[in-house]
Amino acid sequence: MSPVLELNGIVKDYRNLRALDSVSFEARGGEIVVLIGVNGAGKSTLMRIIAGLEEPTNGSISFNGQSMTAKELRKNATMVFQRTAMFNRSVYDNVAFGLRVRGEDDKRISEDVPQALRLVGLANFEKRKAKKTSGGEQQRVALARAFLLNPKILLLDEPTANLDPNNSMIIERAITNRKKEDEIIIMATHNLAQARRLADEIVHIYNGRIVERSIPDEFFTSPRSEITRKFINGELEY
Amino acid sequence: MFDTITDAFQKALQLIFSGDPEVFATALRSIYVAGAGTLLACIWSIPIAVLLGLYSFRGKWLIKSLFNAMLGVPTVALGLILVMFLSRSGPAGFLHLLYTTNGIALGQALLVTPIIVSYTSSALSATDVQLRDLAKTLGASHLQTNIAILREAMWATVLSLISAFNRGFGELGIALMVGGNIAYMTRVLTTSISLEATKGEYAFAVALAIVLLVMVVAITVFVNLVERLRE
Repeated sequence: MSPVLELNGIVKDYRNLRALDSVSFEARGGEIVVLIGVNGAGKSTLMRIIAGLEEPTNGSISFNGQSMTAKELRKNATMVFQRTAMFNRSVYDNVAFGLRVRGEDDKRISEDVPQALRLVGLANFEKRKAKKTSGGEQQRVALARAFLLNPKILLLDEPTANLDPNNSMIIERAITNRKKEDEIIIMATHNLAQARRLADEIVHIYNGRIVERSIPDEFFTSPRSEITRKFINGELEY
Repeated sequence: MFDTITDAFQKALQLIFSGDPEVFATALRSIYVAGAGTLLACIWSIPIAVLLGLYSFRGKWLIKSLFNAMLGVPTVALGLILVMFLSRSGPAGFLHLLYTTNGIALGQALLVTPIIVSYTSSALSATDVQLRDLAKTLGASHLQTNIAILREAMWATVLSLISAFNRGFGELGIALMVGGNIAYMTRVLTTSISLEATKGEYAFAVALAIVLLVMVVAITVFVNLVERLRE
């Protein structure tokens, strides 16, 4: 059975700012849900809540019908951040980190890490200092690190932002190849072309609210929301 | 006066290279009290540094300010307070630490606590804030996350420990007041230098001062060399 993630009325307030307002949607295994919206719309906040890195002010998240706390969500979800963070260690140690904290044995780690690196086009990068690799390579290391954990929910926060077309293409290909029935992929982007290429469903967030949710063809050809129409046509002021 | 200085240096070098047992016993005692003091201070200083460096709570700035202010605490004042606490009629008299090397080590542990706390917490708070989220999203527990961040700030932490050791190694007030400068028991390099200089035994005082300086410089250079090789 493919996993199901349900968000019910998620609200997130920061002092006087409402970052998310009654956000509800559902995602299923085997599909890529793309969160789209302008900077500051609330995409990253929503991703962080799904990843269990922040608690919502209100609302609930359930996974396979079970209500989840932030700690429980962290056991099922792994997030790749927009600005890649690397430990000051080798590429191998960075990719192995998640398995090590889970107590996996060294033999399995030594087999799985090179394999995960090959999937993102970084074979033989194991011994390099992670922080001394390029931005694109670091983002691919981050992707390999997340892939290796086989999370049930994979969250990708603008994984190709600030990358050159070649690195973006490699990452998009790795994400597409990754699609599988027992994993939900949620990706945030403000790149419309990328959303069209990768998404099974697009969720448009504006000012912390979902204003449109549809399959890519409908989203781009016949949006129901005026805000989405303006966003697609580059007419949205924010 | 110049002759006196050159003469003192010549005699000092003779004492060092002839392996004078008193010089070496005093040096070893100094290493012991400073080392034990630094290790003892780590037990409470590192957790406090993690708390101040990685967590937010009300009044944190005040605690950090207090530790920063205590960086320059006069060793004589701290020594005096300790003597009152450790003396037989004092609240910690039952520990029987007054006029012992362990008593000096305890005093030095208190002396170097602000150094370890201030430097390590600053290094921890300067690490990439996203690393904590990264560790968590990769499945690390709170403890594993803190260890990972502490590892990121490892060299800054090591340098804070070296500074702490050097501070203890070179301080006089606590060693003199808590240790009492008892020959063959609590006499360390600094108290011995002070005593010999007072007696006019400049050669012996200079020999000890050379040992003191060489060790402080050697330890720091060694650590920097390791860091450089690691990079």
